[in-house]
Amino acid sequence: MTRRSAHADGGVALDDARERLWSAVHGGDEHGAVAVVLDAARSSADLEAVLLDLIAPVQAKVGVEWAANRLTVAQEHTATAIHERVIAALAHHPDHRTRVPAGPRVTVACVDGEWHALPARLLSEVLRLRGWNVDFLGAHVPTPHLIAHLHRTGPQAVALSSSIPTHLPTAHSAITACQATGVPVIAGGAAFGPDGRYARALGADAWAPHAREAATLLERGLSRRDPLAAHQAVDDLPHLADQEYTMVVRTTHQLVKGTLTELEDRFAPMRGYTERQRRHTAEDIAHIVEYLATALYVADDELFARFILWTADILTARRVPARSLDPALDLLAAQLKDFPRACHALAHAREALRSRTPAQKIPGPGKPA
Amino acid sequence: MDTSQQPPASPRSVGLGATWGSAPYPVVVADPSGGVVELNAAAAALFPGAVTGSWLTDVTPAWIADAHARVRTRPEGGEFRWPAHGAVGDRTFEAHPTCADDGDVMWWLVDDTDRRLAEDALKNERERTAFLAGASSALLSSLNVERCMEVTARLAAEHLADAAVIVAPPRGKNVPLTYCGPDGAVTHRTVQENIDLLPGLGDALRGFPPVPSRWIDPATVPAWAVPDGFAQPVGSAVVTPLPGHGVPAGALVLLRACDRAAFSEGEEIFARLFASRAGAAMSAARMYAEQAAITTTLMRELLPPQLHSVHGVEFAGKYRPSGQADRVGGDFYDVHPGADADQESLVVLGDVCGKGLEAAVLTGKIRNTVQALLPLADDHQRLLGLLNGALMNSHHARFATLALASVVRRGGNVRLRVTSAGHPAPLIVRADGQVEQAPTRGTLVGAFWDISSTTAHLELAPGETCLFFTDGITEARGGPLGDELFGAERLEAALTQCAGMPAEAVVEHVQMLAAQWVGRGGHDDMATVAVTAPHHAHLSAVNGHTRGRYTA
Repeated sequence: MTRRSAHADGGVALDDARERLWSAVHGGDEHGAVAVVLDAARSSADLEAVLLDLIAPVQAKVGVEWAANRLTVAQEHTATAIHERVIAALAHHPDHRTRVPAGPRVTVACVDGEWHALPARLLSEVLRLRGWNVDFLGAHVPTPHLIAHLHRTGPQAVALSSSIPTHLPTAHSAITACQATGVPVIAGGAAFGPDGRYARALGADAWAPHAREAATLLERGLSRRDPLAAHQAVDDLPHLADQEYTMVVRTTHQLVKGTLTELEDRFAPMRGYTERQRRHTAEDIAHIVEYLATALYVADDELFARFILWTADILTARRVPARSLDPALDLLAAQLKDFPRACHALAHAREALRSRTPAQKIPGPGKPA
Repeated sequence: MDTSQQPPASPRSVGLGATWGSAPYPVVVADPSGGVVELNAAAAALFPGAVTGSWLTDVTPAWIADAHARVRTRPEGGEFRWPAHGAVGDRTFEAHPTCADDGDVMWWLVDDTDRRLAEDALKNERERTAFLAGASSALLSSLNVERCMEVTARLAAEHLADAAVIVAPPRGKNVPLTYCGPDGAVTHRTVQENIDLLPGLGDALRGFPPVPSRWIDPATVPAWAVPDGFAQPVGSAVVTPLPGHGVPAGALVLLRACDRAAFSEGEEIFARLFASRAGAAMSAARMYAEQAAITTTLMRELLPPQLHSVHGVEFAGKYRPSGQADRVGGDFYDVHPGADADQESLVVLGDVCGKGLEAAVLTGKIRNTVQALLPLADDHQRLLGLLNGALMNSHHARFATLALASVVRRGGNVRLRVTSAGHPAPLIVRADGQVEQAPTRGTLVGAFWDISSTTAHLELAPGETCLFFTDGITEARGGPLGDELFGAERLEAALTQCAGMPAEAVVEHVQMLAAQWVGRGGHDDMATVAVTAPHHAHLSAVNGHTRGRYTA
């Protein structure tokens, strides 16, 4: 347990390093960022702590600051790219380069459509430090590629990362496909819910809130499913039989169009919108429908309500009035009146919106942990 | 035979001479205390000691005497679970009671031996069929050879025997073995042993018919063929071939401990049925592994390269083929580094008409040709002319569009000579967020004998980027309403946000927006390459590929 104690001792030093890394990353200073991290690695000699207690919290702060509109899109992307390069520099640095991995093989990948690769990247590096033979497949891995990789390499387990909840249906098919090849899956990332409830709902073999826990669970070993027990994706989520999810996904574009047109009639300020503003509104409505579909998929009204509250905060932070959210939800409910679960989720979100106290803190479902 | 119908209670007065006396079913009448009152010929034959006056407990099996006692002590109107059932000698019977008013009980015995056997056989058969169906899907689910052997060993050890060993075809002297013991733990090991020491193994691996289990003396099973957890001496063994596609996929060795019954002939046949499924799955997995290895080798040259900083200029590329399962397609890019920091590096990004592997093969030819023409990269028009000639003369009836850029760093800035051959002109993101189109245009290659093009001369200040892209990005169809093109305008608007970003972040951002725009819909191949003048002088050193000067 030297790792744990080193982590505790290095705490104060890392506080300072975190400050310096944040200001380097914030200013787009890659050279400075690399220097801070290599310094910390040299003085603490605990690379895992450098990855998880220095880089990870600063990256989390990047997400928070972006949501609060204190970072531009460019700054956010730049910060993330710098972190990627810092991790690469750390991994390739002659002092820290790990031995040829002799340990068991594991695959780390992001769900198709998921572009936030950094949490998975950090886990890969942690596992490598702990002696695993890691195949890191990166962001946005199409499920067929993932499965072909499993057939070729036959790893002990797959660690699947997703930050955005709307990827849960895709994550579900990936989890089921991995398990069908006999490889157990550990899920991680903000998409799976703060307590991992969606990982459980989707039948993942394990869930971890952060990289350390994931590494511990993998070291303990995930048990494989009984190969004789036939398992299909729909077995986990019997409520999908009501077809509400399917119908909402299939009619997404009509729903967006319908809501947009009606909204212009009902919500006076929209008539003065520029083309660009209308386009943004259409994108916002498309997101709402996507989250609604996801909530129907995992049968959790809270998921949808959380997203609506988060959107309200994001809009407020960008000085866009959040008043148009409620009529949009109302119009969706009118179009989905034949779908009881969808109506329930929409009503729940409108209720949450009404009792919302503005200017809450920003971290929400949309950013990686 | 309908055994649910109870025979009608016969009046006591009928006596031995009555019809039931000659009934084909054994019938015994006993008084309340368990003494035999009467019995018919069939019963006398079944219970040799039974005569009038003997006790049921003495002349019939205990289960009949017990049933009799339970009938007598039945509470008024109480329910019983009849018929009683048990063995008499090597056959089994149901015993149905009918009670007379005076307390005597007439026991009707129905021989159900054959029905029981048929039921047992049916149950057995159902279990086996269910097992085979489950095993087939379990075996077919993985195309990984090692995993396939694990599943086979585990299923065989759990359902067919106490322990199982899979013997893969030997490679030279090495024999790869997969063990599964009674605890279900699977281990792999490679041994150098004489396989003929285990009777039948050599034959099985050569694909000869299996040796009957009874011919294998369990004492001759060598130690290497027994899993570690298998404590007892081997009681019986089955060696069965795993038939493959033409060549044997290996052999399956099943072991039972000596306190278990030896393998019956039926079990051996069943083991063969299982082995044929396992063998087919293993051959498929092996063939997949071979094909995948070939594909990987052939594909290596066609995959888009990993780009990184070269001579103080950032390069980043990202590629998303149209098919979800594809890795390559009709778009391609390359960065050919200059010999030293003063020499220009050549960026090529192009798009062959068509999709998938066929298009990818042509991209390979174009990439090779461009590489061969690198010494002529000073003159883009000449390079394009020679490439065009090569394509016109080849039997491929396809054409391509491409963009070339010769890139060199001068001081803090990056200079580019950019030429488009029928390709969308690259976009330049200025430090202030302005987006410009590179003023270059030209004819596509591989379609006409005469081609022409103009070259643009550009300069990037630190933080500025020149983005090359294929029309898969701008022609991506989707968006919130589902039917809009992503379009050049949206791409330019997105790029205004990209001022000052590192090259990787620019390509990532553009690819992400295009992918999100498309959503679940289909799309064409999408390729992007960013050339960026770095912000900081040291940037080139920190690319994860060089040791770098960053520790200084």
